[in-house]
Amino acid sequence: MAKEYKTINEIAGPLIFVEKTEPVGYGELVEIRTASGEAKRGQVLDTSDEIVVVQVFEGTGGLSKESAVRFTGDVIKMPLSPSIIGRVLSGSGRPRDGGPAIVPDVEREIIGAAINPAQRAKPRAFIQTGISTIDGTNTLVRGQKLPIFSGSGLPHNDVALQIARQAKVLGEAESFAVIFCAMGITNEEAQHFMADFERTGALERAVIFLNLADDPAVERLLTPKLGLTTAEYLAFDLDMHVLVIYTDITNYAESLRQMGAAREEVPGRRGYPGYMYTDLATNYERAGIIKGKKGSITQFPILTMPGDDITHPIPDLSGYITEGQMIVSRELHRKGIYPPIDIRPSLSRLMNSGIGKGHTREDHRAVSDQLYAYYAEGVDLRGLAAIVGKAALSERDTMILEFADRFEKRFVNQGRDEDRSIFETLQIGWELLAELPEAMLTRIDDKYIKAYHPKYASAAKAEAEAPKK
Amino acid sequence: MEAVGRVKRIAGPVAHATGLKANMYDLVLVGEEGLMSEVIGISGNKHIIQVYEDTSGVKPGEPVKETGGPLMAQLGPGILTTIYDGIQRPLPLLAERSGDFVSRGIFVDGIDHKKKWEFMPTVKKGDVVKPGQTIGTVQEQLLIKHKIMVPPRHKGGTVKEIHSGNFNVEETVCILEDGSKLVMLQKWPVRVPRPVVKKLPPTIPLRSGQRVIDGFFPLAKGGTAAIPGGFGTGKTVMQQTLSKFAEVDVVIFVGCGERGNEMADLLHEFPELIDPKTGRPLMERSIVYANTSNMPVAAREASVYTGMTTAEYYRDMGYDTMMTADSTSRWAEAMRELASRLEEMPGEEGYPAYLSARLADFYERSGRAEILGGGEGSISIIGAVSPPGGDFTEPVTQGTLRIVKVFWGLDTKLTQRRHFPSINWLESYSLYDKDLEPWFTENVHPDWNKNKRRAMAILQENAELEEIVMLVGSDALPEEQQLTLEVARMIINYWLAQSAFHPVDCTCSFKKQFDLLAATLKYRDYAFDALQRGVSVEQITSVPSKDALAKVKLEEDYEPVLQKALDQMESEFKVLR
Repeated sequence: MAKEYKTINEIAGPLIFVEKTEPVGYGELVEIRTASGEAKRGQVLDTSDEIVVVQVFEGTGGLSKESAVRFTGDVIKMPLSPSIIGRVLSGSGRPRDGGPAIVPDVEREIIGAAINPAQRAKPRAFIQTGISTIDGTNTLVRGQKLPIFSGSGLPHNDVALQIARQAKVLGEAESFAVIFCAMGITNEEAQHFMADFERTGALERAVIFLNLADDPAVERLLTPKLGLTTAEYLAFDLDMHVLVIYTDITNYAESLRQMGAAREEVPGRRGYPGYMYTDLATNYERAGIIKGKKGSITQFPILTMPGDDITHPIPDLSGYITEGQMIVSRELHRKGIYPPIDIRPSLSRLMNSGIGKGHTREDHRAVSDQLYAYYAEGVDLRGLAAIVGKAALSERDTMILEFADRFEKRFVNQGRDEDRSIFETLQIGWELLAELPEAMLTRIDDKYIKAYHPKYASAAKAEAEAPKK
Repeated sequence: MEAVGRVKRIAGPVAHATGLKANMYDLVLVGEEGLMSEVIGISGNKHIIQVYEDTSGVKPGEPVKETGGPLMAQLGPGILTTIYDGIQRPLPLLAERSGDFVSRGIFVDGIDHKKKWEFMPTVKKGDVVKPGQTIGTVQEQLLIKHKIMVPPRHKGGTVKEIHSGNFNVEETVCILEDGSKLVMLQKWPVRVPRPVVKKLPPTIPLRSGQRVIDGFFPLAKGGTAAIPGGFGTGKTVMQQTLSKFAEVDVVIFVGCGERGNEMADLLHEFPELIDPKTGRPLMERSIVYANTSNMPVAAREASVYTGMTTAEYYRDMGYDTMMTADSTSRWAEAMRELASRLEEMPGEEGYPAYLSARLADFYERSGRAEILGGGEGSISIIGAVSPPGGDFTEPVTQGTLRIVKVFWGLDTKLTQRRHFPSINWLESYSLYDKDLEPWFTENVHPDWNKNKRRAMAILQENAELEEIVMLVGSDALPEEQQLTLEVARMIINYWLAQSAFHPVDCTCSFKKQFDLLAATLKYRDYAFDALQRGVSVEQITSVPSKDALAKVKLEEDYEPVLQKALDQMESEFKVLR
C-alpha cells in the first residue's frame, strides 16, 4: 500500500498542491480521502521534488489540508470486459445503474497512444444512415469522425439519434455497439437519449457514460477518454464496429478552459488554452480502422456553436481535425424542415472513398455535385430575388431558384423515422434534376444521364416491357 | 553516453533536469525508458527539456542521459519511400516493435544500417575531393540515383582508396590520404541549414500542372508559397495534387499535426499513383513525415526541420525537391504550446515573440542554389496555413505572408460551388511573375504573358460587373458587358476549373494551358467582332462550338479536338449576322 500524505499546502479551484512527497510520476492516478471518509480521485499535472499539483476529478469540495492523499504509482486505467456492454457508468467510469463494479479482463490506460499512421487502413465502407443529406451529399464512411455543428435549440440530438438508429453498412450483418458519452448535458436531454435507446433496443448493445450538467466539470475531461478507451477495446479486441456519440464538445472545452485558468496558464484565443487543438485531437483521432483488425471506430461528436458562430475556437479547431462537419441550420429549422442540415457548408472529407461503383452507385458523385451546384446557386439567387423581385430574374435563374426550394422540401426534408436507402435518395435527386432542362446538367456525364435520368429510365423500362405485351 | 542528470520536475512535454552538461538543442534521453528529448533552455544549473514522447509516469529523480549532440537526421540511401514520424523514426519499424499504437522509448535508426547497397565510385585513387562532392552513386530507386557525397563539414582530401561493391551505410567506401574514412551514412543536425555555394535567382517556373497556378500565379523553382484557407476549402487536396504532379525529382510531404485518416489515404494512394512523367509509382520519389495531431507535440515542432533537412540533402545531390508542410499553423501551435509550458512571455494571441523569426528561418532554407558539389539543386516550399476562423489577420498567416512570395488564397465560396482548385483569382498573387515572364515567352509562347494579362483583366471586369448584376440583374447590362460576363464564365469554367480526380485533366502541360486559354480568348475576339457587326448576344453565346471548347481539356490528345472546335468556331461566326 502506497504511503498517505497529509501535506496539502494549497487548494485552488480543482487543484491541490501537495508537498514533501516521494517522487511521484507525471499523470499518476491519485486517491484522496476527506476527513469525512469520502473518496475522490485525481491526476498529477505537474510533479517536482518540492511540490506535486493534482487535479481532482470530483471537485475539491469537502477537501481540507487534513485530507489524505495517496499516489497509486499508476496512471488512470479503465477496467474492461465484454460485460461492460449494456452498462450505464458515470463520467468518471463508476457504475451509475446500481450494478456491480466491472470485473476487468483487461485494464487500459485511458490516455490512448496514437494509432501508428502507417498501420491505419483507409476508411472506405459506406455507412447508410437513411438521411438523404448525409448519404446523398455528405456520405459517411466507417472509421470517420464527422461532427454535428449545431446551435442551442436545434434538433441535433434527434439527428444523432436517428443516425444511431439507422446506420448500417449495406449487405452486412456484423456486431456493432454504440458508445454514448454525455458531457455536461442536462438530465432532461440525457433522459431523452436513454428513452430512445431503450425504445429501439439500442441499450443492449450500448455503453453509456453520463456526466450531467450538475456533475463536476473536471470529470468531463475524463469522460470521452473513458468512452474511447472502451471503444478501442470493443473495436480492436472484440472486433465490433463501434459508433461513438459524444455530446456536448462545447461543455468539454469549457472545462478545459476552466482547468487552464485554475492552473494560471497563458490563455490562447478567447481564453481557451493554447493546447486545445492537441487535446481535442487526442479524442477525435481515436477514430479509425487498423490494418488487419475487423472492428472500427466511427465518431459523431455533437457540438453547439456558441452564438451559431462557426469561427468560435471550439467548432473552428474541431473542423480542422475532424473529417468534415454537418451543419444544422437555424434557418432551415425555422422553415420547419427536418433534418435541418445545410449541405452548403457541410462536408464529408472521406465521401469520395465510400461512394461510386462498388460502394453506392457510379453516378453518385456527379449527381451530388450537380445538386450542390444548383442548390448553392439557388440560395444565392434568393438574395437577388429579394432585391429585384422574382419577376426580374432570367428564365434560367427562376428555374434554379425554384429548384432550391424543391430541393429543401423533397430532398432535405424527411421524417424522423424515415429510413431512405441510398437508391431512394439518388432517385429523389434525379427527379429533382429532371425538372431542369437536360442541357443544364453540365456536371453529369452523358452516359449517366442515359442510364439514370427518369426520362430515359422510363423509356428504357417501357421498351423492356413492350415485348411482353 | 556522457554525463547523467536527474529529472527535477515534469509537466506535460516539458521536463527540468539538473546535473547535465548538454548544450542547447542537444538530444537527451529522459527517464528510465529513455524518452527522446531536446534541451531547449538552460537556466542556472537547470536544463529545460522538451520531450518528444508522452511523459506519463516519469518521476522526479529519474536519470537523464546525454547523447553528446543535437537531434540529427540520418541521411543516406534508403530514405525514399519511407514514412517517418516527426523525429525520423520509420513508422513501419515502430509498428513492428510496438504494434498498432505508437509506444514510447523506442529508438530506431532513420535508415536501415544493415541493408547492402551497390556502390559505384565516380572518383578514383589520386583524385582530390572537396566537401559536397560526389564520390559515388547508389541506385536508390529505379529512377533516382543517390549520390554519395563528402559530408559538407568534412575537409575533403586526396582519395587513397575507393571501392565498388555492396556495402551497408556504415561500411567504409572510401579512404582519404589523411586517413579519414568515408561511409554512405551522413548525420546532420536538423535545425542547422546545410550549406550551399550561393543561392540563385528564381527564374525557372516549377510546373504544377494546375492551370490557375501555372497560368496565373506561378511558383518558381526554389520558391515559397503559402496556401491559407479555412477548413474544408481544399488545402489538403491542393497540396496532395501538387505533390503528385509538380515537376520535381523528390517530394517531401510533412503531415504536421494533421488527420490520421488523411495520412492513411495518402499512404494508400501514393504507392498506386503513377507519376505521369516517368510511369513509376509516385511513392518512389516521396518521403512522408506523418506526425498526426494526437502524436506528441514536441515531435510535431521538430518534424518540419527533419523534413527540411532531408530536402536539403537531396538538393545537395542536384535534385529539384519540393517540401509541402501541412500545416504550418499546427507547427506554430506546437511552438505556442511549448512556449506556454515554459512560461515564456507571450506575443500576439499567445504565440511566442519569436514566431515570425522561426517562420522566416524555415522558409529561408528554400531556394534554387549552386551546390557544393557543383551544379544546381532546389527546394521549393509549399506551406499550408490554417487560419482560425478563416481570419487572415492572425499572426501565423501574417507572419507567413511577409515571407513567402506566392499566395494562393483558397475561397470557401468557390468550394461551396464545387469549383476546384478553389484558388481565388482576384486575391491570390505571385511575386515571381516578372522573374518568370522571360522564361515563358522563350519556352512556351511569345503571347503567354499577354494572354494572361488579358484573361486577368476580363476576370477583374467580371468581378465588378457581378456586383452590378447582384443589384439589377444581368439583362439590364449593355450587350458588351453581357458578353464579357459570358467570356469570364468560360475562362472560369473551361480553364480555371480543373478536377484533381479526372484521369486526364488532373494535370496540364504548359502548352495545353496556353492553347486552351488562347482558344477562349479567340472566342472573345470573334464574339466582340460579331457584336460590332450587330449580331445579338443570344446568337453569339449559343454557337455550338463554344460548348465544344468546354470538353477539350478532358482530352488526352487534345490538339485535333481543339483545332476542330476552332475551325468550327470560325465557320460559325462567319455566317452569324
